[in-house]
Amino acid sequence: MNFLQQAFDFIFTAENWSGKAGLANRILEHLQYTFVAVAVSALIAIPIGLIIGHTRRGSFAVVTTVNALRALPTLGVLLLGVLLWGLGLLPPTVALTLLGVPPLLAGTYAGIANVDPKVADAARAMGMTEWRVLTRVEVPNALPLILGGLRTATLQIVATATVAAYASLGGLGRYLIDGIKVRQFYLALVGAVMVTLLALLLDGLLAAAVWASAPGTGRLRRWVPQPLLDDEVALVARPRGRTPDYSGRESSPTVEGW
Amino acid sequence: MRYLATHLDTAWALAMIHLRLSLIPVLLGLLIAVPLGAFVWRHTLLRRISTLAASIIFTIPSLALFVALPLIIPTRILDEANVIVALTLYTTALLVRAVPEALDAVPHHVRDAATAVGYTRLGQLLKIELPLSLPVLTAGLRVVAVTNISMVAVGSVIGIGGLGTWFTEGYQADKSDQIIAGIIATFLLAVVVDVLILLAGRLLAPWSAAEARTGRPKRRSKAAA
Repeated sequence: MNFLQQAFDFIFTAENWSGKAGLANRILEHLQYTFVAVAVSALIAIPIGLIIGHTRRGSFAVVTTVNALRALPTLGVLLLGVLLWGLGLLPPTVALTLLGVPPLLAGTYAGIANVDPKVADAARAMGMTEWRVLTRVEVPNALPLILGGLRTATLQIVATATVAAYASLGGLGRYLIDGIKVRQFYLALVGAVMVTLLALLLDGLLAAAVWASAPGTGRLRRWVPQPLLDDEVALVARPRGRTPDYSGRESSPTVEGW
Repeated sequence: MRYLATHLDTAWALAMIHLRLSLIPVLLGLLIAVPLGAFVWRHTLLRRISTLAASIIFTIPSLALFVALPLIIPTRILDEANVIVALTLYTTALLVRAVPEALDAVPHHVRDAATAVGYTRLGQLLKIELPLSLPVLTAGLRVVAVTNISMVAVGSVIGIGGLGTWFTEGYQADKSDQIIAGIIATFLLAVVVDVLILLAGRLLAPWSAAEARTGRPKRRSKAAA
């Protein structure tokens, strides 16, 4: 219990939070590595997942890639990256991106491919283009699984960003790895506690996002207005001649002032 | 590549340590999670509690748990036992969610037929439902095993043995070929374990391969992620 006491004393002492090696700065560094890597993974994995899920071609390639990337050791890639490209943001970003791509790709692909084909066909029958089938029908239905993939990716990246410190970079791993190196185990514990809190916080936020994105519940509508869809409906359904009566419901105004 | 070829015996020894650290937890986790998962399966409240507890455990970063465990259980810091206990916790957390989901995947008509011919609830669970849930369970096991292998590799940062030591040694000695050899060896280890579990699953549940080939009774699985 002694280490724990020391660790909490450290965390609750104000001067340990300020300065370049302070807790606040280390948390910001940790979040920076995390967000950059999550963003790059999303930019790579989501478009590929959308295309393969929509066309339903190449699913074998997805499964193989996902499994192979999962087996790739992040630490090895990170340290090799530092030896090859030197210190900086590039090695951790590459290593953590390789960690984040598999869950995002699997989530996006599974989300889109699991949308009931009848629903997509119904949308086609109503005259939607393939692009609109994807963006208006498949993506909203797949959103919980896509965000679930984002959640897993973020969780793994924020946990593993700790190892960046081993390659003389910053982040909360500094406490953990330096603490072990100099045998000050309470410092290692400070790192462990802070990383855990950060992971729980991010995971909670993303869990809320997954909950809000469940299709057909209208949870998302409360925060995100969706004017585009109404505009499209109004534009497509624009009557030639006289205005039909929408039984009391007014159609939303369009760009042309309808 | 040359480093791996000239250090094959070391690689083998490290791979065995790596396997021990990552697969003993899988076995222990299975022993805990299958009875536990089957027990909470029918109880909505218990299942919700176990799912919540599992997702909180799973959120704790592995490195943090390796370091923090000696405070909770009587082991020394940097002891192998910490790794095994920590990875057992993760494995259990993942499987305790996967087991009820695997049991959910058993078709209703099969369950009803078993009830109709007079199976007791326990007999039905042991002889009908658990065997039929094997394909979904195998998929969960593959993820767990590969994840554990990569977690052990990361553990070399705080002095845990296994193939990850080639990363830290290679980095400190500025030898990129040793790191590359470590990456290849770890990758191969993970792939071999993954394929072995896949084959074991096919062997124990031969109908799953047939279903995959003909694609007839396709069950819609929730994403593996």
